[in-house]
Amino acid sequence: MQFVLTKPIQVRGLQKSYKQLQVLKGVDFEVEKGSIFALLGSNGAGKTTVVKILTTLLRPDGGSAAVNGFDVSTQSDHVRQTISLTGQFAAVDEILTGRENLVMIAKLRYLKNPRQVADDMLTRFGLTEAADRRVSTYSGGMRRRLDIALSLVGKPPIIFLDEPTTGLDPEARIEVWKVVKELADGGTTVLLTTQYLEEAEQLADRIAILHEGRIIASGTLAELKSMFPTAKVEYVEKQPTLEEIFLAIIGKKEGK
Amino acid sequence: METAKKHFFIDVSVMLGRSMRHIFRSMDTIITVTIMPIAMMLLFVYVFGGAIQAGTDNYVNYLLPGILLMAIASGISYTAYRLFTDVQKGIFERFHTMPISRSALLWGHVLTSIVSNALSVVVIILVALAMGFRSSAGVLPWLAVAGILVLFTLALTWVAAIAGLSARTIDGASAFSYPLIFLPFISSAFVPTDSMPTVVRAFAENQPVTSIVESIRSLLSGGTPGNDIWIALAWCVGIMLVAYFFAMRAYKKRV
Repeated sequence: MQFVLTKPIQVRGLQKSYKQLQVLKGVDFEVEKGSIFALLGSNGAGKTTVVKILTTLLRPDGGSAAVNGFDVSTQSDHVRQTISLTGQFAAVDEILTGRENLVMIAKLRYLKNPRQVADDMLTRFGLTEAADRRVSTYSGGMRRRLDIALSLVGKPPIIFLDEPTTGLDPEARIEVWKVVKELADGGTTVLLTTQYLEEAEQLADRIAILHEGRIIASGTLAELKSMFPTAKVEYVEKQPTLEEIFLAIIGKKEGK
Repeated sequence: METAKKHFFIDVSVMLGRSMRHIFRSMDTIITVTIMPIAMMLLFVYVFGGAIQAGTDNYVNYLLPGILLMAIASGISYTAYRLFTDVQKGIFERFHTMPISRSALLWGHVLTSIVSNALSVVVIILVALAMGFRSSAGVLPWLAVAGILVLFTLALTWVAAIAGLSARTIDGASAFSYPLIFLPFISSAFVPTDSMPTVVRAFAENQPVTSIVESIRSLLSGGTPGNDIWIALAWCVGIMLVAYFFAMRAYKKRV
């Protein structure tokens, strides 16, 4: 039986080391159903490691992580039924066409009508015209769209997006943002990692800042803003941007 | 359990379909796999053949089994190549986060290897027929030959899987097959072992290629292979089991 109140993603004291290097030193966070949760951090902060553990690609060394109420290490098959990952590098088959990619994933999700599913996705992501071209001829933005479309085949309730807009031009980035917002509006839970502060600011309901293997701050954008020292408010003419908050918090931690 | 089994077969067939598309969209791989053995066959039959005393009046008949093994040995390097690129690119990560049987991914590659190698074997046999290859064997011996070749392909494919899964560079993933391609030279594939110096001869007579070549040759000429076929089968099954074990270990390390 499954708890009605189970949060889609629950992470407690998560630890992971690669040989001598401790990447995660005890990460805690929870994600609410149907929300967009942004894991923010610089390169090497451990964002991808968190995502890989939550998507059953890596085993944690310590702590616990549950996705849809299932433990990622002991019930990984159940976890895989409910999630989908769009990794840092477009996970598409370059030699196949866009349509063939979609049909393949639909078959692997044992859907009834793979061709219909593929057609719908192609329309939804504006890839109908390019449907029968090999993916190797696609632009970066098209590839990313196809990548996300592949992740949505079978309507998994929890989606992981690892740096979904890294390497995209601004236009393609806005397209991806639109898709992510639509997903959350439709009730899908989204966890995304990003190093772009603006992206977190634009999309996320809650933001957690991962720094040197720990979550050093988390909350809504408003909550994070209120944490920002306001002592100098008389000299400040505008609200601090998330970027300033981020740098201030990291600076404070490192100053210790 | 039943659905799990059904899903496994769906997974394998989808993976097989995927990599067969890869092969048919890069026909150059089939060509490169067959062109070298065919060139060898032409060279040995029309250039060296006259000077070789193989104890047969039809040297193509003598040569063909070794050439087929050579083609398979070079064909499986593409299996290693395809596995390597799959592991390197994000696509395997996607598959691994889906509820797909993990071994289905490997079996897809293995079946693809068998189908593509069977294709190149057929092409080479057709060329050999044009060059005067004739066989008096009936249906059953031909099936036995096919069986040995499939087993040989399977054994080498799992060897290729080890390379594809554990190599760090693309060159490393395919370079392992070079010694395998040359193994037929130091066997009875091209010339009888009688004329070789003792040490070389000892190696040639006791390495897997010789027993496999001798079995196929005698089956195709309408004879009975005797002990050779059991030695050949033992080699193939032995190599396959050991390679399967290490390939699975390399795979688990990777994921």
